[in-house]
Amino acid sequence: MQQEVVLALLAKEPAQGYQLRARLGHALGPLGEGMNDGQIYVTLGRLENAGLITRQGAPRTSDGPDRKVYELTPAGHERVSEWLAEVSWPKPDLAEFHLKLIAAAQAGLADPISIVDLQRRELLRRLRDAERAAMAEPEGSDAGLLLEGIALRLQADLRWLAACERSWIGRRKARR
Amino acid sequence: MNESGATLVSSRGLRKDYGSGEALVRAVDDVDLDLARGETVAVMGPSGCGKSTLLHLLGGLDRPTAGAVWLSGRRIDQLSERALAHLRRHEVGFVFQAFHLMDELTAQENVELPALLAGRSPQEARRRAGQLLEQVGLGDRAGHLPSMLSGGQRQRVAVARALANEPQIVLADEPTGNLDSTATLEVMRLFEALHASGLTLVIATHDERIAATADRLISMRDGAFIDETRLVGGTQGNLADIAGLGG
Repeated sequence: MQQEVVLALLAKEPAQGYQLRARLGHALGPLGEGMNDGQIYVTLGRLENAGLITRQGAPRTSDGPDRKVYELTPAGHERVSEWLAEVSWPKPDLAEFHLKLIAAAQAGLADPISIVDLQRRELLRRLRDAERAAMAEPEGSDAGLLLEGIALRLQADLRWLAACERSWIGRRKARR
Repeated sequence: MNESGATLVSSRGLRKDYGSGEALVRAVDDVDLDLARGETVAVMGPSGCGKSTLLHLLGGLDRPTAGAVWLSGRRIDQLSERALAHLRRHEVGFVFQAFHLMDELTAQENVELPALLAGRSPQEARRRAGQLLEQVGLGDRAGHLPSMLSGGQRQRVAVARALANEPQIVLADEPTGNLDSTATLEVMRLFEALHASGLTLVIATHDERIAATADRLISMRDGAFIDETRLVGGTQGNLADIAGLGG
């Protein structure tokens, strides 16, 4: 979990750790289930050390709940504004797969078309999971929108695999 | 309710040729298929791979050049024109990419039409159409013309129409081909509900999204089946990785 995400969740108003957890849970739906609470508290500790947030309230007792309220500092607000203006996008790792096919064909160690096939089945399984999860979300849910993004990304990957398959079948025919 | 698991549709050595000599195109090439009752099967492949022709052969819209097709144990490829027309009206429902709704009729009237053509009474047709529009979530749009509906809603009306005469099987040809991402999800939700209610469904598509939700996925190239997959397994963990939530 990126530090800026936790920071931005505090921009609306100061909040306790469990409230942040609930906001994340709502936005991520089933995809947030794997997250552990410890991650959030570790991130909050780092943000505090960096002077981006402060906390108020009694220290956590051994058996009581965490009552600390976290709040952005002026530097924290500034960092959130910068982050919102940044253009970033996760990098897909296509080159590795592409080179795998080329290496397999050149060395004659494996059939690139079988490798594509295997990969396609795996992506289809993931796509099925994404669609099932999306269909289970109520219309207009935040998590549903994220799941739609995952489905469209997987669809793009599957279309590229179809292009790989066509290309490698063509090369095989040309060699005969 | 039909018993599930039993074979509903079969084909053996199914072939369809167009043209002759140099111009001969084998649109469907030696296809053997067994479809169980209650199963959803997606047939995938690029345009021109023969998936639409295959649907037409399975639904009695077209006759094969060679091979045989059975529906509920009855051989249908040699039926008379009259018997075929009866079969298409009563036992098979079709859904098309371009919806094929009558523009001058309301949603309700579009869904009533097949029941009227099949000789049901107007009251019976109206009752059934009302039920079906409720079932596809458009009970409140019954009086709308197709032009007043979104793409996803039009396709849901078309699905309701396909169900008008309680067919044994629904054949859908690129049902999401004209729809955006949100409307695609609408149609997928509807198919999922129909699947849960026991309907047998064959979807010809090049849309990976709708294909991935089928029980079985058949890949077709140059008229022939080249691969068959049952999609099982997969984890939420992978999805979280794709979303950037891993680690």
